[in-house]
Amino acid sequence: MYPSRFKYETPSTVEEAIGLLHDGGADAKILAGGQSLIPMMKLRFAAPGTIVDINNIPGLDYMRTESDGTFRVGALVRHVDLERATELKDSQPTIAAAAHLVADPIVRTRGTFVGSLCHADPQGDWASCMVALDGSVVAQGPKGRRTIGVDEFVKGPFTTVLAPDELAVEAVVPKAQGVRSGGYLKLERRIGDFATAGVAVAIERNGDVVSRAGIGLTGVGSRTINAEEAAAAVVGQPLTPDTIERAGDLAAAISDPRSDHRGSADYKRHIVATFVTRLLTSMQPTREQSTEERVA
Amino acid sequence: MTSLFEEVAPSEDDNIPVRRVEVRLNGERRAAKVEPRLLLAHLIRQGFQLTGTHTGCDTTNCGACTVLFDGEPVKSCTMLAVQAHGHEVTTVEGLATASELHPIQEGFKDEHGLQCGFCTPGMMLAAKALLDHNPNPTEDDVRWALSGNLCRCTGYQNIVKAVLWAAEKLRDADPGAAEGGDE
Repeated sequence: MYPSRFKYETPSTVEEAIGLLHDGGADAKILAGGQSLIPMMKLRFAAPGTIVDINNIPGLDYMRTESDGTFRVGALVRHVDLERATELKDSQPTIAAAAHLVADPIVRTRGTFVGSLCHADPQGDWASCMVALDGSVVAQGPKGRRTIGVDEFVKGPFTTVLAPDELAVEAVVPKAQGVRSGGYLKLERRIGDFATAGVAVAIERNGDVVSRAGIGLTGVGSRTINAEEAAAAVVGQPLTPDTIERAGDLAAAISDPRSDHRGSADYKRHIVATFVTRLLTSMQPTREQSTEERVA
Repeated sequence: MTSLFEEVAPSEDDNIPVRRVEVRLNGERRAAKVEPRLLLAHLIRQGFQLTGTHTGCDTTNCGACTVLFDGEPVKSCTMLAVQAHGHEVTTVEGLATASELHPIQEGFKDEHGLQCGFCTPGMMLAAKALLDHNPNPTEDDVRWALSGNLCRCTGYQNIVKAVLWAAEKLRDADPGAAEGGDE
């Protein structure tokens, strides 16, 4: 299989890329990792007239934590870069937990973090992580840059609020308000398959008290689900078995999965509740830890 | 010969320009003129006539078409040939020398790591990428690194053994390498 014909452009600056997008109009498409776009073009689900390949633009492959704790991921950071960045285990535990679960090891060498957000597949792992972390996408267009919260960025399945002449240049995770914990769990029939269900959790704590929480759900609706009420159930108090169970129930309730060959809707909701509970329980401080924190 | 390579060559009546692609393929400089929609797998197989790279599913699932792109494993059915311009590509033909099999190939031979052999080139290149990064892989590391490659004979057990065999042979040949890896 091969794609239908297109014009191929290789800009060397972001400005040039935006100019090409502007000229190409709605018929132009950015190529970053291409691990979703190229299969879709081969299957003729997508037939862009112009491909703007940004892989030759220098300076987009950065990932860095600012001095204030803000974490920035450039448009050409591949999944494997995040997987290999062992320092993220402490500073970005949700992202570190998801990095080795995205697609399969070979797809991860090409696919990009920002590209995955822009693809807006309800099955995308990164969008759930970014929802849990209250992250955003920085889009650059002819009129300059704007920052869009991930929840607002995704309009629906495979649809974002990006204008045709805007390029998503980076993703931003805000600094933590307290000590950050997080995790990601995904059930898949085999590696590389779409998720039966996935759950991203990020919490921030001052002492034992949860000051902020976010929960994002993968593959259980027509878009990434922000389980706000579930997250709110654990905020303002220490994690307890009761609040954790309530968060699990609320996350399952807001899920809107379809019954399919991966499992019934009830089964998927059950998985969501189990994963939320499992993740939050793993973040409960042990008795010794919480004493230490109080002493500190 | 009718091939995809020719099928997607430009026609007179359309204004899609062909592009010149220069790659270092198994250490050798090769060039071709291609239409942008030609896939890397097609360029390698039909264009350069290196048919060791197999296309299996053609939908980014099976990993049979895996090649090394600047040392990283990629699915060559999911990259455009034009994207390889200026880059290094290693296919299964680049593993052996004229006189000697690569230890990974020897491992597949010794441990019966192949049955029908269709997935083997992709498996071996994914294994090479693993051993380049991690000369001391555990069985789990090997299984994890090969999890993007499918074997429809389901011969995974011996494939894993073959890679562990190769890792040991490479360590014996170069004990210093076992200390670190590339990071």
